[in-house]
Amino acid sequence: MAYETIIEDDIDILVAGAGLGGTGAAWEARYWGKDKKIVIAEKANIDRSGAVAQGLYAINCYMGTRWGENNPEDHVRYARIDLMGMVREDLAFDMARHVDSTVHQFEDWGLPIMKDPNTGSYLREGRWQIMIHGESYKPIVAEAAKKSADKIFNRVCITHLLMDEAKENRIAGAVGFNVRTGNYHVFKSKTVICGAGGASNIFKPRSVGEGSGRVWYAPWSSGSAYALMINAGAKMTQMENRIVLARFKDGYGPVGAYFLHLKTYTQNGLGEEYESKWFPELQKMVGKEYLDPEASHATHRPIPTCLRNHAFISEVNAGRGPIHMITMEAFQDPHLEEVGWENFLGMTVGQTVLWAATDVDPKFENPELTTSEPYVMGSHATGSGAWCSGPEDLSPPEYFWGYNRMMTIEGLFGAGDAVGGTPHAFSSGSFTEGRLSAKAACKYIDDGKGEGIKVSDKQIADFKEEIYKPMEHYKLYRNEIVAGSVNPHYINPRQALDRLQKIMDEYGGGVTVNYMTNEKLLNIGLKKLKIMEEDLESLAAEDIHELLRAWELKHRHRTSECVLQHTLFRKETRWPGYYYRGDHMKLDDENWHVLTVSRRDPKTGEYTLEKAPLYHLVGEEEEAMEDKALAEKKKQEKKSK
Amino acid sequence: MPTFVYMTRCDGCGHCVDICPSDIMHIDKTTRRAYNIEPNMCWECFSCVKACPHHAIDVRGYADFAPLGHSVRVDRDEERGTIAWKVKFRNGSEKNFLSPITTKPWGTGYPKFSDEAEPSKEMRDGELLYSEPKYIRMDEGELHTLESNGLKMKAGVYY
Ligand SMILES: Cc1cc2nc3c(=O)[nH]c(=O)nc-3n(C[C@H](O)[C@H](O)[C@H](O)COP(=O)(O)OP(=O)(O)OC[C@H]3O[C@@H](n4cnc5c(N)ncnc54)[C@H](O)[C@@H]3O)c2cc1C
Ligand code: SF4
Ligand code: SF4
Repeated sequence: MAYETIIEDDIDILVAGAGLGGTGAAWEARYWGKDKKIVIAEKANIDRSGAVAQGLYAINCYMGTRWGENNPEDHVRYARIDLMGMVREDLAFDMARHVDSTVHQFEDWGLPIMKDPNTGSYLREGRWQIMIHGESYKPIVAEAAKKSADKIFNRVCITHLLMDEAKENRIAGAVGFNVRTGNYHVFKSKTVICGAGGASNIFKPRSVGEGSGRVWYAPWSSGSAYALMINAGAKMTQMENRIVLARFKDGYGPVGAYFLHLKTYTQNGLGEEYESKWFPELQKMVGKEYLDPEASHATHRPIPTCLRNHAFISEVNAGRGPIHMITMEAFQDPHLEEVGWENFLGMTVGQTVLWAATDVDPKFENPELTTSEPYVMGSHATGSGAWCSGPEDLSPPEYFWGYNRMMTIEGLFGAGDAVGGTPHAFSSGSFTEGRLSAKAACKYIDDGKGEGIKVSDKQIADFKEEIYKPMEHYKLYRNEIVAGSVNPHYINPRQALDRLQKIMDEYGGGVTVNYMTNEKLLNIGLKKLKIMEEDLESLAAEDIHELLRAWELKHRHRTSECVLQHTLFRKETRWPGYYYRGDHMKLDDENWHVLTVSRRDPKTGEYTLEKAPLYHLVGEEEEAMEDKALAEKKKQEKKSK
Repeated sequence: MPTFVYMTRCDGCGHCVDICPSDIMHIDKTTRRAYNIEPNMCWECFSCVKACPHHAIDVRGYADFAPLGHSVRVDRDEERGTIAWKVKFRNGSEKNFLSPITTKPWGTGYPKFSDEAEPSKEMRDGELLYSEPKYIRMDEGELHTLESNGLKMKAGVYY
């Protein structure tokens, strides 16, 4: 192979993937490590890479302690109820207590944050969200990372993490290839901060053909963070916790500002409010503790996102679709109308394109909503990702092993979608997690924990061979056929992606089966993924661009396998509206009020799954509730005696 | 098709190739002009559209659900710190929007870590990040801890 091998040696901190989490890590690392060598490897261009490439119109995680608005524990309680209890509350509290300092820095750097003209504080969209003119959000945070990093390798797709050969279970860097030159890149590093983002396009999308890039999470979110960590043998958590989004139909324009700021609301096809109708039945599935519309009405307690989805899905299945967003009232106010449009132009331009193309002016016509295909990520209303250590001053022993945000592999840290159990971090929280892991990584290095890493030439050579195999395979067999893409010896990345999406959709609970799965289906799905893994050895790439798609596909495949393993393990329906285990349709706190933790053995490919205890932040409020519940229980026991 | 390039406007400068997060804007070898090589992996994110100095790139909504006859044009100006949008509907009506994209001249708002004092050992061993505690509340308030907020971490079922 003619491609050069380029080795970057003696790195202290390698940031693998620089979206919001990675840029935060690179920026903060310089403060704690003035003398350290900080390097970024990113598969796109950090100025417009990741989920925030087109900008954002809101920062969805901001406490406002400065204005006495919320405390970190309020946010944790909110995330807890929204995720049906399943949150790493140490990590969530830690992110929340630092996130405001991140946002205040963004403002210093030039990010336009809207102000409330009456109070002078940031303009709130909802309790946690503040509104921004964020078209340039990504270039602004990328600039900060550029100021800190020694070197930035744009267009280098990381394919594998390097493991140390001097010490068991320790990281030693990463390898990948440049998607333009084709060159092979080796990064030897004492620590790696993985910020390679979440996973779109692993379940079959609703859009077909040309529109299949029109997914909610960016099509370049290839599950790389998960596959890199899983393949290296890191423990993962909550991978079953995929997310389904209720969004504007086809364009997937966000609804947050519409609900919270514009005060629009939804109706079924008959013009009726439908949501609350489903709650009594749903309450029987999940229990009053998780769904208490009266309490929610009286307080800030949210109705969990998944349960609102459930009502949406059920109403459509009952034949009373489509669900509409009632915009015609709010949009009579010219200011609100402007906010409604700019909201899309700032973060989902495709929705504007769609409305222009279909002559939908929400001032005169209420647009349709839909529920999306599932996504796997860890920073929105879901918490899939790696099992990480928490900070020393917050975490119970099961959650703490030395360095904040370090995974179960020494020297491997993460941020954003890569970190498990931390939903509702969003952009600002992901950046904050990057900062936290950078500080911890510097400490790890200063403590001498990264000394003497060893990477043999063999490890480097083996990965090189593996990386370019799809191109070799293509060369070997393409002349056996006249032309076209049908070949008995190989499949191309697009063909393989279609197969993956079909398996995940039909067996793992995608849109065509109304998010339903069960043990039998999951086992078939896993079997098909195993066979597919054999075919991935026969993946063919015609050029370097297709090689990028081949590796994205391999990463998506590994992520999918882990998702099915976790879904099989959790024998309950914890999040109706995200997915259903048809064989266990109820939420089961007695057996499943736990976090799921998996590890794939890199040598055998076998998964082991375990339950990890859930610790909750408990204040006076919760203790009082606990006392009440205990008293209730005693009373019941007395009665039954 | 998501993005496409007007033949007469493109000069092959490669800005769009450099920025596309999906790696799908490439230069055609024969015409030496840019085109979208993989429309079904385009997010309509407009990064390339904004980056093109000649406004040569346009977007035509995805064929599987967007009828023809619309346009969404954009002009992003870093110097002025603004972005302007023009939305044309299929029926010919039009909407215009203008927003700020930054409050400062590009790249000027960042502190230099080389000018900052080296963090003390206490800082390194503690929980504070750069600029904290000041930047948390913009006053002298300290970092929130379990103790300061009257909290415990307890295993079990709490709602
Ligand atoms: C449509 C939409 C609307 C949203 N709205 C909001 C909002 O209003 N407010 C808010 O706060 N948050 C919002 N979010 C969420 C926010 O964008 C994410 O929470 C955040 O970007 C996650 O950060 P991350 O660093 O984990 O991932 P990303 O920012 O996606 O970064 C991942 C990075 O890794 C790179 N990468 C991937 N694979 C590889 C590889 N193999 N090798 C090298 N590099 C790789 C990618 O190119 C990318 O740069 C929204 C997201 C979307 C998609
Ligand atoms: S709109 Fe975005 S994804 Fe599509 S070609 Fe342009 S930069 Fe690439
Ligand atoms: S940025 Fe514009 S002019 Fe330059 S190559 Fe791309 S389309 Fe052509």
